[in-house]
Amino acid sequence: MKTLEELLAIKAKAQANITTRESADGSADVTRIVVGMATCGIAAGARPVLNGFVDEVAKRNLKNVTVSQTGCIGMCQYEPIVEVFAPGKEKVTYIKMTPDKIARVVADHIVNGNPVTEYTVASLTE
Amino acid sequence: MYRSHVLVCGGTGCTSSNSGAIIEALEKEIADKGLDKEIKVIKTGCFGLCALGPIMIVYPEGCFYSEVKVEDVPEIVEEHLLKGRIVTRLLYDETVVSEKEIKSLNETNFYKKQKRIALRNCGVIDPENIEEYIAYDGYQALAKCLTEMTPEDVIKVVKDSGLRGRGGGGFPTGMKWEFTSKNAADQKYVVCNADEGDPGAFMDRSVLEGDPHCIIEAMAICGYATGATEGYVYVRAEYPIAVQRLQIAIDQAREHGLLGKNIFGSGFDFDLFIRLGAGAFVCGEETALMTSIEGNRGEPRPRPPYPAVKGLFAKPTTENNVETFANIPQIILHGADFFKSMGTERSAGTKVFALGGKIKNTGLVEIPMGTTLREIIEDIGGGVPNGKKFKAAQTGGPSGGCIPASLMDTEIDYDNLTAIGCMMGSGGLIVMDEDNCMVDIAKFFLDFTVDESCGKCAPCRIGTKRLRELLEKVTDGKATMETLDEIEKLAHYIKENSLCGLGQTAPNPVLATLKFFKDEYIAHVVDKKCPAGVCKALLNYSIVADKCKGCTLCARKCPVGAISGSVKEVHTIDTTKCIKCGVCESNCKFGAIIKG
Repeated sequence: MKTLEELLAIKAKAQANITTRESADGSADVTRIVVGMATCGIAAGARPVLNGFVDEVAKRNLKNVTVSQTGCIGMCQYEPIVEVFAPGKEKVTYIKMTPDKIARVVADHIVNGNPVTEYTVASLTE
Repeated sequence: MYRSHVLVCGGTGCTSSNSGAIIEALEKEIADKGLDKEIKVIKTGCFGLCALGPIMIVYPEGCFYSEVKVEDVPEIVEEHLLKGRIVTRLLYDETVVSEKEIKSLNETNFYKKQKRIALRNCGVIDPENIEEYIAYDGYQALAKCLTEMTPEDVIKVVKDSGLRGRGGGGFPTGMKWEFTSKNAADQKYVVCNADEGDPGAFMDRSVLEGDPHCIIEAMAICGYATGATEGYVYVRAEYPIAVQRLQIAIDQAREHGLLGKNIFGSGFDFDLFIRLGAGAFVCGEETALMTSIEGNRGEPRPRPPYPAVKGLFAKPTTENNVETFANIPQIILHGADFFKSMGTERSAGTKVFALGGKIKNTGLVEIPMGTTLREIIEDIGGGVPNGKKFKAAQTGGPSGGCIPASLMDTEIDYDNLTAIGCMMGSGGLIVMDEDNCMVDIAKFFLDFTVDESCGKCAPCRIGTKRLRELLEKVTDGKATMETLDEIEKLAHYIKENSLCGLGQTAPNPVLATLKFFKDEYIAHVVDKKCPAGVCKALLNYSIVADKCKGCTLCARKCPVGAISGSVKEVHTIDTTKCIKCGVCESNCKFGAIIKG
């Protein structure tokens, strides 16, 4: 190690790997992406969706975003269902998610704060 | 990126309750389910709540699973990691708010009042991965020292912080560094004392196991400040996990150029070596420790000359304890005022305690100085189990004293403890309840020092043995009031005339118990009774005639045939045959057998 910059470069890289752990103390403003992973969800293809979100978040090196899974959300016919909890915002529920919809949800909603309405459960009633 | 991190405690406590097998099972199960690209298993150091081990924390939810068994692993993987359903039955019950909600670990009673400086990374990072340490500001303090500060600046910050030696003595660390820095020599050394020998103490072990890099970083900082280029960590061979992780950490630091030549391009060279202790308590004394590193028999030598003048290999040496070093990087990074803002006026910062004995939450805690003993025991420690009454807390192991229940509201710091005739010690805190006999406790610690005395000086070698014999007279009921005077006189003699800290402090448990629990000593001497019912020679079992139903159970259970009586008749105990094992008392269904 010859310079401080070298150390800070290692630090920046390593920090990305530990944000998952820091989100639980409640202090950080964390956006949670929750994928329904009950039997219905898995059968409808929730696993590739979950993995897709993990990859996309990692690719964009997003801080304060966690991807986790939950049980049956209750609308099995619309699985895979993904819920997004942003701090201070209403929950947004995406239905019938597929891997190809992920990039747009992350870009528009997670990064820029504009939910992709046409994928949400709200679009059903319109 | 891993969407979930599973942290499993790999400290000695949880390892001995099989956390190693849990990690293996977890990794296998995760791989079988094809989740190994999404979920990372991390073996950490001690979380502190050893009583509930093995401990597992799952992030991002922050679920705290306690007393996990290998058999629970498939359920955790299937339910929680795959399907996202928390396994409620394994949650630490203090973290469960309702069926839907869990609260953060930091809000539980055990952690709420703690302030983690020395233990900040324990149970948080993977100690075998230097990058995780760096992610949590690791080696940034060293970089700051080498690139922005002069050695004098470093010493000034440490001095201003008010940090005092955490090994027990409480000597100001900054002054110690300054002494060494002012002695010119062609070679100087830094020594880390990790020869933690007090029964019941495991603070240093936990730091080395949970955060070995912080010790390396702190020792390099000390080397820079004092002008030393070589360091030694003297650690007990009985701490295999600590030794292994420290060696891994040293190797990683060398690979990254954080140990070796020209660190951070500053021209400063520093390297570090481990030396293993062979299990002699006296080697925790600084001069004996250095003699042992030199390859000689671990015996102390008179001071002065102090190590700062003539230490390891007769060169100026700075010797600090593990916990003292663990505070250094934080002090450098956040400044002296940050550290001084915690604790009391003359004892800045925090102190780590190893809680043991008759307490619910056995484990490792770090509290700001000035916290009362009551808060430590009742709030953090969860109190004395089984509804028993708190009697005293033993601090500082065989060199320490005890704090009786009447002084429970004493604010813990160096000076307050000295004022009540106790001492901070290294941080072992053994809780005793009404079933502990204080004379017996004093005898226990003296047994330890008699065994561990190196024998070099007569007051310690012969004195402690004679002192133990006098205590035996008390517990055997053969003592008179004069014996107590003799005990006190001899104890003071040993304190004043021994060569090193071992002998100088060995009588402390005796003197402290004599001071606070003289009535118990007198009960042994005058009434020939042991109030706690521990000292066998003074115990007598007898049968209460009114309560005895003549069931014959006690007579059948008695291993020496001391109980006689026929069916439905009142039984009697022949005290000349009785060996006071207590089997009759624990078996009697009618409470007819009493001791006293």
